[in-house]
Amino acid sequence: MIIDYQELTTIARRLRRHIISMVGAAGSGHPGGSLSAVEIVVSLYFGVMRLDPERPDWPQRDRFVLSKGHAAPVLYAALAERGYFPVEKLNTLRQLGSPLQGHPDRKALPGVEVSTGSLGHGLTVANGMALAARLDKADYRVYVLLGDGELQEGMGWEGAMAAAHYKLDNLTAIIDHNHLQIDGAVEEVMSPEPLAEKFRAFGWETRTIDGHDFSQIMAALQWARQVQGKPAVIIAETVKGKGVSFMENQAGWHGKAPKAEEVERALAELGD
Amino acid sequence: MDKIISEEGVNVTKIATREAYGRALVELGRQDERIVVLDADLSKSTMTAFFAAEFPERFFNMGIAEQSLMGTAAGLALSGKIPFASTFAVFATGRAYEPVRNAIAYPRVNVKIAATHAGLTVGEDGASHQAVEDIALMRAIPNMTVVVPADASETRQAVQAIAAYDGPVYLRLGRPAVPRIYDESYSFHLGKAHQLRPGRDAAIIACGYMVNEALQAADELLAEGISAMVLNMSTIKPLDREAVLAAAATGVVVTAEEHSIIGGLGSAVAELLATTRPTPMAMVGISDSFGESGKPAELMQKYNLTAEAIKAAVKRLKSI
Ligand SMILES: Cc1ncc(C[n+]2csc(CCOP(=O)(O)OP(=O)(O)O)c2C)c(N)n1
Ligand SMILES: [Mg+2]
Repeated sequence: MIIDYQELTTIARRLRRHIISMVGAAGSGHPGGSLSAVEIVVSLYFGVMRLDPERPDWPQRDRFVLSKGHAAPVLYAALAERGYFPVEKLNTLRQLGSPLQGHPDRKALPGVEVSTGSLGHGLTVANGMALAARLDKADYRVYVLLGDGELQEGMGWEGAMAAAHYKLDNLTAIIDHNHLQIDGAVEEVMSPEPLAEKFRAFGWETRTIDGHDFSQIMAALQWARQVQGKPAVIIAETVKGKGVSFMENQAGWHGKAPKAEEVERALAELGD
Repeated sequence: MDKIISEEGVNVTKIATREAYGRALVELGRQDERIVVLDADLSKSTMTAFFAAEFPERFFNMGIAEQSLMGTAAGLALSGKIPFASTFAVFATGRAYEPVRNAIAYPRVNVKIAATHAGLTVGEDGASHQAVEDIALMRAIPNMTVVVPADASETRQAVQAIAAYDGPVYLRLGRPAVPRIYDESYSFHLGKAHQLRPGRDAAIIACGYMVNEALQAADELLAEGISAMVLNMSTIKPLDREAVLAAAATGVVVTAEEHSIIGGLGSAVAELLATTRPTPMAMVGISDSFGESGKPAELMQKYNLTAEAIKAAVKRLKSI
């Protein structure tokens, strides 16, 4: 567990570099929503989650469900940096035979908890894990990362209802609220707002934070642990494409790989 | 907009069927005010964005909500509109399966489900995005018509034909640019197969992406002295029984599809032949597995969806 924000910031920069390099090498993939989630994923994998990379199936581990599975690059980068597999493997992303499938495949890569890519499943699967923990009297926690566009899926709200109904206080949902989806601004395509009010009406505790500020993310994750008798959701205000000036707040970088020259420019901006 | 081949989509050798679909919708929208188009946050990929740009008031982006997409399309159709509802094939037939069955097909509502990114040629996105069972799902639903065009011209005509037809239709479209098979003189008839090559010794019945592979296989077989008929079975349901029975008269039938061998074109042909005219058959398709990430061409090789596989199947049957 790391609580030195300076160190977390350094790790975050490494993850961003990996994301750019691997998507660039693959020639396809999803940089925007990977970059917006970097600080959240770093806080989980390097800050709060109980994990053992040597034992990816350790029963007591905390679970992370990447419901917005297209952000696979940020998950892969975190798993590699955390020691689940060699960093060199990252540039096999999306190639035939690579365990780094375009969307996470739990059969292919140890450390991936749930195969995702079809939006809307993650919260319900996380609910099942949280219910199992309760049955097994296990104290692991379940974390699920959702996209804001993803919240347009009805299935997500079925999950939200169930988590509150079963009082799943061992579950924490985090929303990567980057305000963009593929066809444009979330609020313009099909607004799911007001998010906090909706979750509260569904029986959740909510907290809205700056999703790129480690002190706020770590404090919110700590807060979520303390919520009792209810599930907790952290609405993380983020910037899609965060850290690469020409990708920031651009819907066009949702699912497009940077060209070689753009990779260089992005890496130069990010620094070592 | 990814992979736009040319401004007007003409005079180029390869065009994706989804692109032809996007352009055909605009044409249709100009002809008929009842045409409305719905999408689920993929309008740049399904290419309904062309229609949205020209007819913004007749375009509805439902967000990432495929069940809502299908239910809303049903309501529009029940109120006199002719809706085309588009998203990727996995989500159109998977997430929204039950609304498609009970809100569209069962009441026989006039909705056109135009699903893109079907099959393995989705490529790098991998198995979660590669529909290999969508034809099976749609074909099993009573009242549903299933159309799989092979190229841009056929897509354009199929869009016109299904708009003119009153009833639910599943139109299966692909992501990659595919070679032109037909010129503008071709005429598509809903429910009718089109014979692309005559043949005495064997018949290859193909759909979609595999039609081009079938043509290549037939050409190579002919060079080796085997005359193979090629049928483009672009309407899979209702199946053109006469055409299939005529194909069976050659003595050997090979089907080819970018889909699981469970429940697709091969199954449809086998169901007919097994019960009316048992004929030695082989099915070129995906053998009950999910896909994976990779370049489309690599995947087609790995999963044996090639002209070679068709050729080998014909020869195997001929040697029995
Ligand atoms: C069920 C389903 N429908 C459609 C898609 C296609 N898709 C992939 S990502 C995406 C947009 C996601 O937007 P958001 O949830 O806001 O993600 P982020 O901005 O964090 O990348 C869509 C529509 C999908 N993966 N799953
Ligand atoms: Mg978003």
